[in-house]
Amino acid sequence: MTRDEAKTRIAERFTGAQVEPASAEATAGRGLPLVVTIPPDQWLAFAQFAKTTLGCRFFSFSSAVDWKEQGLEVIARVENVDDGVALMMKTKLGAGVTTCASLVPVFRGANWMERECYDMFGIRFEGHPDLRRILLGDDWVGHPLLKSYAVDTPHPPYR
Amino acid sequence: MLDTAKSSRVEFDYSGGERLMMNMGPQHPSAHGVFRAILTLEGETIVAVDAVIGYLHRCHEKLSETLTYAQYPSIASKTDYVAAMTSEFAYVMAAEQIGKIEVPKRAQYLRVIMAELQRVASHLLWLGTWCLDMGGALGGGATVFLYCIREREMILDLFEMLVGARLLYGFYQVGGTRYDIPDGWVAKCRETIDIIDQRIGEYEALLEDNPFFLARAQGVGVISRDLAEDVGIAGPLLRGSGVTFDIRRSAPYSSYEDFSFAVPVETAGDCYSRYRIRMVEFRESIKIVRQALDKLPDGPISSRPGLKSVAQIRIPKGEAYARVEGPRGEVGCYLVADGSAKPYRMKWRGASYSNLAVLPHIIPGHKVADVVAIMGSVDPVFGEVDR
Repeated sequence: MTRDEAKTRIAERFTGAQVEPASAEATAGRGLPLVVTIPPDQWLAFAQFAKTTLGCRFFSFSSAVDWKEQGLEVIARVENVDDGVALMMKTKLGAGVTTCASLVPVFRGANWMERECYDMFGIRFEGHPDLRRILLGDDWVGHPLLKSYAVDTPHPPYR
Repeated sequence: MLDTAKSSRVEFDYSGGERLMMNMGPQHPSAHGVFRAILTLEGETIVAVDAVIGYLHRCHEKLSETLTYAQYPSIASKTDYVAAMTSEFAYVMAAEQIGKIEVPKRAQYLRVIMAELQRVASHLLWLGTWCLDMGGALGGGATVFLYCIREREMILDLFEMLVGARLLYGFYQVGGTRYDIPDGWVAKCRETIDIIDQRIGEYEALLEDNPFFLARAQGVGVISRDLAEDVGIAGPLLRGSGVTFDIRRSAPYSSYEDFSFAVPVETAGDCYSRYRIRMVEFRESIKIVRQALDKLPDGPISSRPGLKSVAQIRIPKGEAYARVEGPRGEVGCYLVADGSAKPYRMKWRGASYSNLAVLPHIIPGHKVADVVAIMGSVDPVFGEVDR
């Protein structure tokens, strides 16, 4: 499967998705991802489609970006390592929304990635089997990678 | 007399069916850092494991939002401190992708040379510590460790000649490299890799003829191809599970397409396959260094003028995901730039983080002693796991 075929299949199956090549065209070559923006309600369905139909079985990472008043954006990168087709999946949760469908039912690698994302951004992944903090202590207050969390926020010393 | 003997005997009433929780770590010599595994045991067999990480978290991602593109690369080397060259590489490549900054050919070759020397140094440390962990089985244990450290020192000497530091380098910068190689460096480098090339065969002879080593490594910690891709493990682990995937080959960066090298693949997915992959990678890395030294072009080492202030590099609005094939696999940097001198958001895809995430899937069913062998074969660096 080539990138163009993948693009066509996505457009056929998910009419609400926007597909664009990644902005860094200068370094074009194999492995440059297709950037796909999906509505949040189709997030899990799209991941399933990417894995089974497009053969993107390799789960690279997932994370989030805080766009301040525009809300949070969740990203995930999956790849078909045999054909060199990579997808950068994105979904904009919308202002004030902190819930998103979990990808753990499709990719087991999403488990730790989404725990980290919950830890850092406070996003609640629905359907995650074990959503708790991973890098910070269980008693940590707040979610540090949010733009509203100042770098010098005081915190009680570790016990 | 008889009565006393009877009363001093303690009845444990242990049938082997009950479960026991055991804490392994966070300070455990086999963890290669601070890692806590809460093991649930039935007798000596592990039935469940909960991995606790984060002891070494230093807020790299938040910190990067407060540091300029010129300042952060030298901090990036502190994520994976065993292969410090690798993370710097990923970060500057991400910035260069967004800013469409060209890198001169000489700088690209220098980057490749250092990345490959770093891979050899990192694999040496892995081999030494892994064999140290399996200690008694290898007849004395510290033998292989000391041999490996001896060789690693020689590579660190090369890095010291180059940048003046032995652990954290700050060699890469946006647009090229910070330093050019000093006089006499090439000759010393050739001499060093010749010695190491010769000694790899000695390690193999020490280990592969040892039935205890084989018993500890073969068939232990098997990762299936399906699990490997699903969890997103990378590097020697992924290739040990039968996936032919090396970023240097499938998406060449920094002129890797100029060099010929083999990508080893094994299909068994056990500790021994991962060991074999790394042993072949030693030789392939040395091959790449030799080719790069032979073909090293003349010219500038950076496409940018010397820095007058740390805020001088400005990257236009955009985003990029740059990845390099580190010693432990895909080290990726997802960078979102907003047009200022500092990134808006930076995400590390640490190879060790994803590699470690496979442990809860493969450890159950093994004995406690195997945890040490499996963990060593995964080669986690906790600076990169916890960031």
